[in-house]
Amino acid sequence: MTSPQALHVGCAAGFSGDRTDAAAPVVDALITSGQPAVLIFETLAERTLALAQLARRQDAAAGYEPLLDDLLRPVLARCLQHGVRIVGNFGAANPRGAALRIQALARELGQAAPRIAVIHGDDVSGADHHAALRDRLGPALDARPVVSANAYLGADAIAGALRAGAQIVVAGRVADPSLTVGPALAHYGWATDDWDRLARATMAGHLLECGAQVTGGYYADPGLKDVPGLARLGYPIAEIDADGHCIIGKPPATGGVVNEHTVKEQLLYEVHDPSAYLTPDVVADISDARVDEVAPDRVRLTGVRGHPRTDTLKVNVCFETGWLAEGEISYAGARADARARLAAAVLRERLRDVGPLRADLIGVASVFADDAGRWWQHPDHAGAADARDVRLRVALRHADRAQAERLAREVVALYTCGPAGGGGVRTALRPTLGTLSCLLPRAQVAARFELLD
Amino acid sequence: MTSTMDFITVPLWRAAHGRTGDKGNRSNISVIAWNARLYPLIVEQIHEAAIARQFRHRQPTRVTRHLLPNLHAMNVVLDDVLDGGVNDALNLDSHGKALSFLLLELPLRVPMALAPLLRGPESTTPEGDTP
Repeated sequence: MTSPQALHVGCAAGFSGDRTDAAAPVVDALITSGQPAVLIFETLAERTLALAQLARRQDAAAGYEPLLDDLLRPVLARCLQHGVRIVGNFGAANPRGAALRIQALARELGQAAPRIAVIHGDDVSGADHHAALRDRLGPALDARPVVSANAYLGADAIAGALRAGAQIVVAGRVADPSLTVGPALAHYGWATDDWDRLARATMAGHLLECGAQVTGGYYADPGLKDVPGLARLGYPIAEIDADGHCIIGKPPATGGVVNEHTVKEQLLYEVHDPSAYLTPDVVADISDARVDEVAPDRVRLTGVRGHPRTDTLKVNVCFETGWLAEGEISYAGARADARARLAAAVLRERLRDVGPLRADLIGVASVFADDAGRWWQHPDHAGAADARDVRLRVALRHADRAQAERLAREVVALYTCGPAGGGGVRTALRPTLGTLSCLLPRAQVAARFELLD
Repeated sequence: MTSTMDFITVPLWRAAHGRTGDKGNRSNISVIAWNARLYPLIVEQIHEAAIARQFRHRQPTRVTRHLLPNLHAMNVVLDDVLDGGVNDALNLDSHGKALSFLLLELPLRVPMALAPLLRGPESTTPEGDTP
């Protein structure tokens, strides 16, 4: 008996808003490899789903990834022709809507109707789950204008859909690594309690899930961490073997770099306890993980262990919280810093009754600082008397839109009422979302797939 | 016996690199040694107390360091340092994406014998600890 061919999983998007020209070189490399291959798209950050739910309120057919067409159009026909399967969480708040759109897109491209599966069960915002959520979140849930409530599903339903012959799997909220674990489960037929293999595939998925962050994106620091071709980064491909170990690489003739350092940065990205990386599929343990460069732009990950998955699934509940108001104005030349600070003091006094005002001096102290101004008060940062180009930025939040709007008016009024020489005012007002998280027993979340006719 | 002449003090970024991630109001920052022989220095000097001091203006409620010797790396977890996190913060960088660069400014004493393993411009001296 021969062992199954290694599964190649390419990632063409790491968040909603990622580059839409990333997929084509990945698909070319997957086809050239001649191996069983899957293309994944990860487009759901914590808050993306709530934004999608708000979009669906405006238009019942919307609510899936707004860039779905741009992401898929360049590669859909080639994937279907060459047997590269596609798995994405681009369904967001409306996976069925996304699936119907993909069906139409395939038709537009002259392709036979693909077998598309839709993953259901992540949406727990309905009446069926209210009591369970209320039990766990308590009175914090009452009187909140809830926008979305979604459980993080695992790989099982994705694997089931692929085993049933789906060429494309459209999910909403699933754990990011499960986009990779699902295809590996389906390909190798691992048991769902094969913890070590599941954990290894999970960490392969973890390396893939942010797209170019493992191939030199978000790594470059000129003179210290140089990355060739940052403007045309190749997105990652994981070659996953029958034991779940993987080699991370990228398509030929693309920019970027895959080395031990890019892989280590991404391996630890958004990890807390390295011995217990919790996903719906497994508890992954990278305490003894090893990262080795096996060839240029090829890095092997080994040493990952797994422990039994937990009995619960994480749920995020998003709700509307009000408004974030921001304003900016620039000061340049002599005493720019002092004039910007005076402008901040004026705004604090004028907006005292609206709420706490955050002030930043862009070019002096705007990133490491804190809301309470402790950084500013430290003698080392008390003044930048020689700063000649300072942009004041202020921000506040308020539940009431009319109150939040006052910030913009006060910043604009600095033109005639503020310190000398202020210019370049910009203001912005946007609705804000809050999140509550809790755990639901697995039995209360029914993950399943549906094959579209 | 060694004298102070046998050591140089450099910012941590000459000995290590890192990346910040966020979940809610919690930040994690990886610190990855450029070379295995620099890793013990980092473990010895970049301890929880030094990290807590570097971030004291953000008032972390807890600082936890997880060591990964095979990777010559450690994972630093800072609780409640994001001014509320991406949903609630008023700051520009609500994810705290830039915070790895604050951590990498911590000073590190390096024996002269290991100085050739450092990366980046040699003339750079550390900025000292910041509040």
